[in-house]
Amino acid sequence: MSVQSSFEYVTVHIGGQLFGVEVDEIREVFSPQDITKVPRAPGEIAGLLNLRGRIVTAVDARSRLNLPARGADEPVMALGLEQGSELFGVLVDEVGEVMRLKADTLEASPAHLDPHWRALLKGVHRLEKNLLAVLDIRALINWDNKLAA
Amino acid sequence: MDELIGEFLAETFESLDVIDVELVKFESDPTNRATLDNIFRLLHTIKGTCGFLELTRLEAIAHAGETLLGKFRDGDLVADSNAVTVVLKSLDQIKAILEGLEQTGSEPQGDDTALIAELEALAEGKAVEVEAAAPAPEPEPEPEPEHEPAPTAEAGDSAFDADLGRELRPGEVSLADLEAAFMNTPGPEDEAEADVDTAEADADVEAEDDAEEIAAEAPAAAPAAAEAPAAAANADAPAATGGARTQSTIRVNVDVLENLMTTVSELVLARNQMHQIVRGAEDSALKTPLQRLSSVTAELQDGVMKTRMQPVGDAWKKLPRIVRDASQDLGKKINLIQEGEDTELDRQVLELIKDPLTHMIRNSCDHGLETPDVRVANGKPELGTIRLSAYHEGGAIIIKIADDGRGLDPEKIRAKILEKGLATPDELAGMSEQQIQRFVFAAGFSTAAQVTNLSGRGVGMDVVRTNIEQIGGQIDLHSEVNKGATFTIKIPLTLAIVSALIVKVGEERFAAPQLSVRELVRVGPGSSIEVETLNGARMIRLRDRLLPVIALNEVLNQTLGGTEEMSGYVIVLEAAGRKVGLVVDDVLDTEEIVVKPLSGPLRNVSVFSGATILGDGSVIMILDPNGLASETAMEAEEVKESAAAAAESDEALSARQRLLLVRAGGEEPKAVPVSLITRLEDFDAKTIEKVDERYVVQYRGRLLPLAHAGGYDTFQDSGRQPVLVFAEDGRSAGVAVDEILDVVEETLDLEMGSERPGVIGSAVIKGKATEVLDIAWHMERAWSGAPQRAEKSERNAVLLVEADAFSRRMLAPLLAAAGYDVTVAGGLHEARDAAQMGAEYDVVVGDPGALNRLGEEGFFLNIPRLGVGENAYSHSSEGFVAVMDRADRGGLIAALDKAARTRAAA
Repeated sequence: MSVQSSFEYVTVHIGGQLFGVEVDEIREVFSPQDITKVPRAPGEIAGLLNLRGRIVTAVDARSRLNLPARGADEPVMALGLEQGSELFGVLVDEVGEVMRLKADTLEASPAHLDPHWRALLKGVHRLEKNLLAVLDIRALINWDNKLAA
Repeated sequence: MDELIGEFLAETFESLDVIDVELVKFESDPTNRATLDNIFRLLHTIKGTCGFLELTRLEAIAHAGETLLGKFRDGDLVADSNAVTVVLKSLDQIKAILEGLEQTGSEPQGDDTALIAELEALAEGKAVEVEAAAPAPEPEPEPEPEHEPAPTAEAGDSAFDADLGRELRPGEVSLADLEAAFMNTPGPEDEAEADVDTAEADADVEAEDDAEEIAAEAPAAAPAAAEAPAAAANADAPAATGGARTQSTIRVNVDVLENLMTTVSELVLARNQMHQIVRGAEDSALKTPLQRLSSVTAELQDGVMKTRMQPVGDAWKKLPRIVRDASQDLGKKINLIQEGEDTELDRQVLELIKDPLTHMIRNSCDHGLETPDVRVANGKPELGTIRLSAYHEGGAIIIKIADDGRGLDPEKIRAKILEKGLATPDELAGMSEQQIQRFVFAAGFSTAAQVTNLSGRGVGMDVVRTNIEQIGGQIDLHSEVNKGATFTIKIPLTLAIVSALIVKVGEERFAAPQLSVRELVRVGPGSSIEVETLNGARMIRLRDRLLPVIALNEVLNQTLGGTEEMSGYVIVLEAAGRKVGLVVDDVLDTEEIVVKPLSGPLRNVSVFSGATILGDGSVIMILDPNGLASETAMEAEEVKESAAAAAESDEALSARQRLLLVRAGGEEPKAVPVSLITRLEDFDAKTIEKVDERYVVQYRGRLLPLAHAGGYDTFQDSGRQPVLVFAEDGRSAGVAVDEILDVVEETLDLEMGSERPGVIGSAVIKGKATEVLDIAWHMERAWSGAPQRAEKSERNAVLLVEADAFSRRMLAPLLAAAGYDVTVAGGLHEARDAAQMGAEYDVVVGDPGALNRLGEEGFFLNIPRLGVGENAYSHSSEGFVAVMDRADRGGLIAALDKAARTRAAA
């Protein structure tokens, strides 16, 4: 990890858990609308949507994290990010505030954590009351297609 | 890299391509002055610029080449094919050096003295042995008098550096001239004058160049000097057009155009959106301005599209050279005719067809055309012809490559098909010539007995086909033995915007590229055409032919074909050389759509080629006809076979029935109603095995129990055993017969019942009393005790969660018999324990309530869940693959199979 003394995170709630995503990774936060389902797509892909004339591939963070599926009336927000020329939207439940946290409160993901989660986390910050899991959002939108397809 | 060098490279590569073409032209007509002038000028420019950029290797080769060409031009030497070969060789060397330059930014190391010596020797009028080609007796009209080689040439070079300023100047000068002319008196005459000015300026330079050349070759000065003005005068016409060309084109970075294209695409979408809004509102004030916006947008779109267009001839530039080299290598005489090289298409498409085209031309040279002696022996002219033509046809470009060679040898292809195991002899026998020919596009297929350096590496035509299909194109061929072969490629004009049919399935819309759509057929109630089903495979009768159809929603949801009646439209798509019907609920519209590529995780979904944003802003998926066709290839092929057998005469009259006449145990024919038969199969008699006193044959991964219609199990010992396959309640059985005789259409009127088992009764068919077989009886005989399911190679693990002991006892053996590895959990505790112990299952089956509980507790979330209950319909199926009724054994196993499959695929 770098020698940065602090990190800036956007906090998001996914399936009741608090996560942080590094601010620099996120292009924008938007409310996803009219998601077109893609038949035969990997289950983690919620579908495609139109964001100001560009097509965004929506990836459901709950599904990626093996959390129970989102109900129809539960709130949903999306973190937009770009990879190459492709736009992705990561669907989360709620987007909270931007938080600056000291690097020395960051710890590696606990060893007994589910390996699947470990692969998707960059570490865990100890907050006063709870834990903030740092989501590796790049890993979240990239996975082995052979396993997923 | 140095910007200057970058410019130089781009320019020089272009020049070299032109020289290639011109040289070949020149070789066939050495007296053509304009061609030679053109070559000379281009090479001269290269040499000049090299000197300026201190590219010494290039300069030396270009110089030696130029000297030789100078001799041709001055008439001192007559060009023969040897000389041209050496010049071409030097061009290749130049290209190689340029490529090195492009990669590293500096000239690669190397030694060109041999090449230069060859060029110089030729220039001195000596015959040079070229690549073991027999040196043609060189006509040497005048032994070169007092030729001055290198030293003087060097001197000439230093002069050329000074010349360079002039070399660059013509463009500038003539531009100034033009501008001045426009400023002074604008008018058509002035423009003409300006052109003349340009021409003169160019001609001047030309003359000076000549003079320069003459200075370098002092002895030849006198006659050449006299010629110089003439040359200048000659140069007038081409120089004028050349001048005009430099004035009217500019070089634009491709990225700029791509960006522009994307932006215009967005504009088109925005306009479409506006349209949608205005359409909804009556008397909108926006109507008129929108109309204008609309037409301007359309023009802009057209314009931008045009900037991306390039004549297809650009992709052909290298071909004359390739044909020439091939003809020399192979000792064949080949004439390449090019037609329609002005036909324009998108540069992206152009780039993609270059390689396939080159490959196909090589193929024609190598395999298509015969050697001159063979041609003459076959009564053909010595000179073989390859005709390359391009033209527009309905929004697509057709490119044809036709040769008048030997054509494809059907016997060789057949042999190859069998050798490679691409089809069985029986399948082959049923195929048309055309179908057999198309096998050359199959992967790993190459008919060339001998692998040559030109082609025949066995990766030929299938790669070509793949490349063409990747850009949404199609390829087909037509061949006649000893007359020649014609390959036809159909490609879309552009990839960025396509016309598409918007179709609806359920609540979802999809786009089907118009290019692949052959026709639309209305099916179902109210239409004369209906979707018929044969063992789950659907088809329609279209103009007396059976067309395999697939239901789009089934393909997309990966459900199996049901038997319910279908209504809506069938879109007849043609892809990968076969036609397939796609059943959709409705056809909404045609729209010009902008194809957007899919992101990484979605690229594996073969049935889609992209996505697009419609006028109303919604995103829809674009169907990939190739993906769909290959998806259903198996299905479609199978349907074709059995359908062909069953549908010999296709005039079904309602009161009449089609009957299959067979011979089985005895000479007199027996009849079976065709409607009962699922398929006709033809097994190798050796594959019929005897298991537990039953006859079975392996069929699609399962064992198919067999019974003989003769009543006794007298199967053939060798050869083929025809079998009628019947299916009922999801079970199949085969009834073997001795021979399939005919299909007749008769009113089946049983006139006499029968007491004999296996026979329903007798009817008059074709004027003869014929026994009608009791299929149900034969099937039962085949089934009794016969194994229904083959042992699975991999048994899927199933967890059965069922609190009710009775149900457990009933379900567990059922699942086990279906080939699953069953673990029984008598309650939630046991299931939780199993999960916590880390046991893994492919499917969890059980009471929906119990499974829901487990799900809420976080167990088995990623595993397909199949609910089994007393009253299936009272349970919500959310979170389940399906909820089945406990009594529905067949359905239960089918659902389980499906769940296991989705699990295996996930």
